[in-house]
Amino acid sequence: MTAPVLALADVRKSFGPIEVLHGIDFALHPGEVHALIGENGAGKSTMMKILGGFLQPTAGKVLFEGVPASWRSGVEAEARGVVVIHQEFNLAADLTVAQNVWLGREKGRFFLDHAAMRADTQGLLDQLECRVSPDARIRDLAVSDRQMVEIAKALSRNARVLIMDEPSAVLTSHEVEVLFRQIERLRANGVALLYTSHRLDEVDRLADRITVLRDGAVVRRALRGELTEDGMATAMVGRDLTDIFPPRRTEFGPVGLEIADFSVPPLVQGVSLALRRGEVLGISGLVGAGRTELAEGLVGLRPHIGTIRRDGRAVRIRSVAEAASHGIAYLTEDRKERGLLLDKTLRENLTLSTLDRFGWPLLSPAREEAALTQAIADFDIRAPRREMATGNLSGGNQQKVLLAKTMLAAPQVVIVDEPTRGIDIGTKSQIYHFIDRLAREGLSVIVISSDMPEILGLSDQVLVMRQGRVAGVLEGDRITETAVVRLVMGTSGEGAADPGPPDTDAANPGHSRPADGGPGNKGRAGPAEKAGEDA
Amino acid sequence: MRNLSLSTLGPLAALILLIVLGAFLNANFLSAGNITNVLARSAFIGMIAVGMTFVITSGGIDLSVGSMAAFIAGMMILAMNAMIPALGIGLPLVLAGMGVAILVGLAAGFANGFLITKVGIEPFIVTLGTMGIFRSLVTWIANGGTLSLDFEARQFYRPVYYDGIFGIAWPIIVFAIVAVLGEVVMRHTRFGRYTEAIGSNDKVARYSVVKVERIRLLTYVFLGLLVGLATILYVPRLGSASGSTGLLWELEAIAAVIIGGTALKGGSGRVWGTVVGVLILSLIDNILNLADLVSPYLNGAIQGVIIVLAVVLQRGKSTAEGR
Repeated sequence: MTAPVLALADVRKSFGPIEVLHGIDFALHPGEVHALIGENGAGKSTMMKILGGFLQPTAGKVLFEGVPASWRSGVEAEARGVVVIHQEFNLAADLTVAQNVWLGREKGRFFLDHAAMRADTQGLLDQLECRVSPDARIRDLAVSDRQMVEIAKALSRNARVLIMDEPSAVLTSHEVEVLFRQIERLRANGVALLYTSHRLDEVDRLADRITVLRDGAVVRRALRGELTEDGMATAMVGRDLTDIFPPRRTEFGPVGLEIADFSVPPLVQGVSLALRRGEVLGISGLVGAGRTELAEGLVGLRPHIGTIRRDGRAVRIRSVAEAASHGIAYLTEDRKERGLLLDKTLRENLTLSTLDRFGWPLLSPAREEAALTQAIADFDIRAPRREMATGNLSGGNQQKVLLAKTMLAAPQVVIVDEPTRGIDIGTKSQIYHFIDRLAREGLSVIVISSDMPEILGLSDQVLVMRQGRVAGVLEGDRITETAVVRLVMGTSGEGAADPGPPDTDAANPGHSRPADGGPGNKGRAGPAEKAGEDA
Repeated sequence: MRNLSLSTLGPLAALILLIVLGAFLNANFLSAGNITNVLARSAFIGMIAVGMTFVITSGGIDLSVGSMAAFIAGMMILAMNAMIPALGIGLPLVLAGMGVAILVGLAAGFANGFLITKVGIEPFIVTLGTMGIFRSLVTWIANGGTLSLDFEARQFYRPVYYDGIFGIAWPIIVFAIVAVLGEVVMRHTRFGRYTEAIGSNDKVARYSVVKVERIRLLTYVFLGLLVGLATILYVPRLGSASGSTGLLWELEAIAAVIIGGTALKGGSGRVWGTVVGVLILSLIDNILNLADLVSPYLNGAIQGVIIVLAVVLQRGKSTAEGR
């Protein structure tokens, strides 16, 4: 075995009086993919920040090639070849791809050598099979393309250690494949890779070595093949996860929401659906298929045409306020940018959309606090302090706050968009049970998700969108993974998109030969232009 | 927020330090006359700064308030002079003049807010434009000179600046009321909460059923109203308006807001802090005039240092808090 290139020796880290890492020993070897897994709040991010030089340990040592690391910042660490790709990308939105890749290390002596930087960037992008132009502005790129740019940037730095914080969370399955090929190539070149993901099937597939973190301590180390996905989940949570999904509901009320010939130009065309009370409708489809746009149209965030009926009555919805008055609420997929005020307290976030119920003309702090106490109990929000900034909560707890905030309005129809993205398996299961509870209380719930097990495990009815249109609706026994994947990919069943063994590949429909390889699934403008082709 | 942090106490500590320093340097400093003088002079900028706190907290800025004050003063004087034949000298005339000032202030604030929220132009650009427009209009109406209130009307109106009740001048009383109301509105009403939410992240606010455009517009209208109110108390002091009335008030108001701990990027407003900021700025001016320690000509320099220092201290605090 090679000597570790980067290691932690009995590293402890405290924020104020709270210790979040309790004596971590950890070694990263060249030519290996090392997966770091754990629930949200287990200390993964802190550990990665310490490895990347962004945080200094309170006690213990960071060892680089066997000697204590000399860097005191992420920039210094990067100069030594330790590159971190953060979950929140580190790209200048107004600069071009090439400018970002070479930021801080521009080529040329007195004048910038634009041609060389462009050409090299193009080379890196080609290597990554990324179709964006080196001259495109980051602002105009889809999230998945930004990820590719980050990786190109890391490649350009000849990284010796590459630390990736959930790189696949925002990628489509095809892009994930490209990413994996790159990871394998880097591994073959002797780069040490540290990788976190909540998709355990990916970990199983990629990682040579797995470290499981729980509550700030290493609870399990394993080599490839030593842990099954179930084993990983159990180690992360510290208990058996038998009922990730709640049992099926069997009783439904009358139709609560019906939309007909609903369009959100130019991204969504002619969608119709009917949803009973107590029913969960799953909406599946590729990123960019128009799912979020449909939801945003439904709640008045985007202009739309078509009819909406609530409990059989036609209603007009031109604003979020009107949607709220008709009992329709939307829980955004982008909790950091659209869902929560990260620098505000839990209380301020919780009551923001229903503030008119908390007193007039003066707000009642007592009533707000009571609502927070109730929400913390109802949604099992685990906050170290009530007065803390919401952004300092773990992702799963942020999602619970967002859910509590949405439910405070007591809507009858709830649309939840990617409710468990970037959330650990324990919290995921909790959120599934919350959704089930809402349905059992008689709400109509729409779940938009790219997570196939989630769609299959939660939905009474599945609507698949492709390129802005309804590709098909499945109900009851017809909801199978194969059926959903076929609709998602637009294949008619001749085996072009073999979904693979149902259990292991569940989160990654259609790895191979995807029909979505073209620009159709990139960017948000693509689908509409291509909508006519196979609809 | 019941827990007092360094950032809330910092400006207050600086204010106390200045008062101690002032008392130490000049025996007259703590005399009733001087205190009244300082507070009454602070009142105009103070009221405007309270309104500015809301605008800045919502993520906006208003550069036009100084010019707006000049414009409102000009309109008010013109209107009062024109109404003397009809109303005569007396309370109705003054009340009518006040009504004009408030209406012009609301309209000017609405114009700014409308261009920003409905037409969608950056607040900096809009108010840079209206700053020039308002001031130029006053200069034009005054034909490059001064608009003066009729002598008798001025005599009647004068007590609004110079008199008061229980020995406290009217501007101080009104400023105190505005400050208390401002704090209550910011801290304990929906409008204040929405203002902070919009400044913190307007997308989140929009997704949270907040009427973002309306609240934004209202912050500018509210500021316009307070500029009108400040002008009502300012006009009786000199009884005139010209192209140089209210010069650089916008910068003093913004400086007071920033010193008080409101972040320029928005999201967190401190009305008390703003009041403290205004007092700090006028005390520096006052102390330099009373003591021979430093030339009064260096007033601007010292204020500049204080502004930069306040922001540096706040930044130190926010990095300590963010983990």
